[in-house]
Amino acid sequence: MNKTGPKASLHVNQNEGLIFEKSSPGKAAWKLPPLDVPDVDTAKLLGAAERRDLGHMPEVSEIEIIRHFTRLSTWNYAIDLGMYPLGSCTMKYNPRVNEAVARVEGIANAHPYQPGKISQGALHIIKTLSECLIEITGMDAITLQPAAGAHGEMTGLLMVRAYHQSKGNARKKILIPDSAHGTNPATAAMVNYAVENLKSDGRGMVDIGALAAQMNEDVAALMLTNPNTLGVFEQDIHRIAEILHAKGGLLYMDGANMNALVGKARPGDFGVDLMHLNLHKTFSTPHGGGGPGSGPVAVKQILEPFLPAPVVVANSDGTLGFDYHRPHSVGRVRAFYGNFGMFVRALAYIQANGPDGLRQTTEDAVLNANYIRKGLEGAYDLPYATPTMHEVVFSDKLQAKKGVRTMDIAKRLIDYGFHPYTTAFPLIVPGALMIEPTESESKEEMDLFVEAMKSIADEAENEPQTILDAPHSTRVSRLDETAAARKPVLRWKPN
Amino acid sequence: MLKTIGRGSVDELFAQIPAESRLQRDLDIPRQMAESEIVEYFRQRSRENGEGYTSFLGAGAYYHYRPIIIDSLISRGEFLTAYTPYQAEISQGTLQSIFEFQTMICELTGMEVANASMYDGSTAAAEAVMMAVRLTGRRSVVVASSLHPEYREVLATYATHQGMPLSTAGFSDDGRVKLTELEKLITAETACVLIQSPNFFGTIEDVAAIADLAHRRGAMLVVSIAEAVSLGIVEPPRQADVIAMEAQSFGVPLGFGGPYCGVIATREKNVRQMPGRLVGQTVDKQGRRGFVLTLATREQHIRREKATSNICTNQALVALMVNIFMTVYGKVGLKELAKQNLAKAAYAAGQFARHGTILFSTAPRFNEFVVETSEEPSAINSRLLGHKIVGGLPLKKFYPELGNAALWCCTELTARSAIDTAVGLVAESERSVRSAKEEVEEVVR
Repeated sequence: MNKTGPKASLHVNQNEGLIFEKSSPGKAAWKLPPLDVPDVDTAKLLGAAERRDLGHMPEVSEIEIIRHFTRLSTWNYAIDLGMYPLGSCTMKYNPRVNEAVARVEGIANAHPYQPGKISQGALHIIKTLSECLIEITGMDAITLQPAAGAHGEMTGLLMVRAYHQSKGNARKKILIPDSAHGTNPATAAMVNYAVENLKSDGRGMVDIGALAAQMNEDVAALMLTNPNTLGVFEQDIHRIAEILHAKGGLLYMDGANMNALVGKARPGDFGVDLMHLNLHKTFSTPHGGGGPGSGPVAVKQILEPFLPAPVVVANSDGTLGFDYHRPHSVGRVRAFYGNFGMFVRALAYIQANGPDGLRQTTEDAVLNANYIRKGLEGAYDLPYATPTMHEVVFSDKLQAKKGVRTMDIAKRLIDYGFHPYTTAFPLIVPGALMIEPTESESKEEMDLFVEAMKSIADEAENEPQTILDAPHSTRVSRLDETAAARKPVLRWKPN
Repeated sequence: MLKTIGRGSVDELFAQIPAESRLQRDLDIPRQMAESEIVEYFRQRSRENGEGYTSFLGAGAYYHYRPIIIDSLISRGEFLTAYTPYQAEISQGTLQSIFEFQTMICELTGMEVANASMYDGSTAAAEAVMMAVRLTGRRSVVVASSLHPEYREVLATYATHQGMPLSTAGFSDDGRVKLTELEKLITAETACVLIQSPNFFGTIEDVAAIADLAHRRGAMLVVSIAEAVSLGIVEPPRQADVIAMEAQSFGVPLGFGGPYCGVIATREKNVRQMPGRLVGQTVDKQGRRGFVLTLATREQHIRREKATSNICTNQALVALMVNIFMTVYGKVGLKELAKQNLAKAAYAAGQFARHGTILFSTAPRFNEFVVETSEEPSAINSRLLGHKIVGGLPLKKFYPELGNAALWCCTELTARSAIDTAVGLVAESERSVRSAKEEVEEVVR
């Protein structure tokens, strides 16, 4: 067994240049069928608009392309290789049946404008998923149009604004806890609301006194992540909702951490007026190296008139169709109907689980986070003792004494065969280590993780330099990010 | 595990949730299904959706052939199940592929930098406009009515609360932006002009003339490209300041409208106002080449409410499809592919012209064209459906002034026989309308 534990060892790794460096004239990976209509004189048809040269686009063969991307792929860490405990990202297993059903011909090749008569299958999928998500969240209506969580936030705040506008006053600001994701304040700015920070109390929860003091008729909504980014359920959620509602404000829930609640509690039952979900987190659609996501927004009845158009409705003959006539709608946030392929995958996930499976998923996710918390307590500083839901946040306080910070520990964890946790977030915990195992991890994998983290804690005591120089086993060592930003090289250029 | 953490039951872990909010019943959702049942469920939905139709629909979503190796490669778990490449040392595969993607988008668009992706063409256009607002310090925007109507709707949504007045420039008889009207709309307050080329009607805009009008008044030109395959044979809008693209045509399934792949490309000098992720080249401690996410100080996780956009998750895996598609076709293939699209559309338009009227026929076009018929296009389309053909998109909903016009699209996958069948039915419709008219005239006489 090598020094970095039983999980990882080295193996031969192929080098691979940029695709442009492999290109040479005459190589090709494409073949078109013979043209069955008369050929055309391009110059005559296009005149000055004709393009003559495609610059440095590559010319390579099919096997070169297969090897190129296969080699590149082996340089990635992925859920399929092991535990990927990025906090608030819910890196759970992505079932392959989801991928198979998204590729069935009539689903994969459906054109968004094809007639309703031959779109019933797609409309049925949208309707069924909508109903499931409404039930899971305890809300009354939903839009699936937003393409990702942040896009859902924007859609939600547009609806908040439209709601207040309909009461005669759009209001001025959004309250956002200091533990919130960066997308929350960025979204508020896009909808032209001022951001007012709300501080957390000693338990890592919303400070009720501060909320009561800051709440007034200028506040349009509170954007609350629940459980919050410390993995803590806002115990005073009913009081929070009351304080907001008493002054006419709305409670927006960022559903990034919904994996802690599905089947156990519903935001609609604890005072939330609207919320977004991340199908690529809670509902297992693949993260794909950074997307595509999908960010449905579920709302209470009072906000239904403002949903983006179109919405799926039943026609008088029982078939399904789109209703575009929505006079109070905030408008469209995306062309067509959203990331439909993700709806297919999310519905397949819900079907594969059913009511029992979804509840157990949540229980396992919370159990796993608590198991890791127990395993690492003592070895790492736990800044908030409040009970943990689906993720746990430690700090690097103990290791920092030796000059070892959260990012260093993260890099060393790579040598042990794990993807790092989320580093330096939430901002209210200096040097945060934010760990979310999800329900997908077995006890065996988590035991390896705990062992690895403890071993790194020992290294921090005895040989901190090993950590500061990590990772040692990757094809590149730490990269110079400062140089990359100072003089950006954002594309390949021929010599 | 419960013993290890000192708990008697899993439910204890949820004690933090107030009792009155804990769900005491099963969720009312479909029961758990076996994999075989799930597959059958979606096969059934697929059949209800209609399989095996030949479609003449384009309008921002195009049916092109997808080389098999796209799915072989993107299905590799190392791409499929990784997330945003924040940990560069174990994300070099994703990072290098994005760097190649950015490079190829630059080559094809004639721009100097491209981002790692936006949600789609519509949101890319809206974000490109907001970028121009930040760059110019001006607020108003002139939009061509020949821009995809749903893109215009999305822009209107984004602009509502940004204090960005929008005005719309109409199109002339050749289907292109009416330059005289555009000229009047551009003022010293105009941040940018937003057009699409090839535009919603498939005609290619006079980008140089429009750029000239915009630049003369200090405004930027943002060009939206919805049909990426056009870049193989149509000169890119090099005079633009920002290009907002939809890359779905490059190997992305139609999928009932998404997920697709937006991209923003621009000049180097504008990069710090660009939204979305960017990958840059750098070196590690030993001087080896490597790639990292860069210029993150534009982004929400660093700048919060001062970020250039709130975008976080983008369309990375779809961008990888696009990347592989561009690599497969490459320098020669993309041109030949585009040429086949051009030829099919030219043939079809020529055939339709013998019976109906081709609108906007004086301007050059790529693979879409507008056919005006005497009869309602939706009526003709329902007869076409019986032949397993989906006809062109009736335009009345978006452009009532165009009457019985429909937007038809041909790609390399449109068979001549399908074109001939569709033309045959349009011809029949024209004949029956004509004879009905003659009968009426007969009676009147």
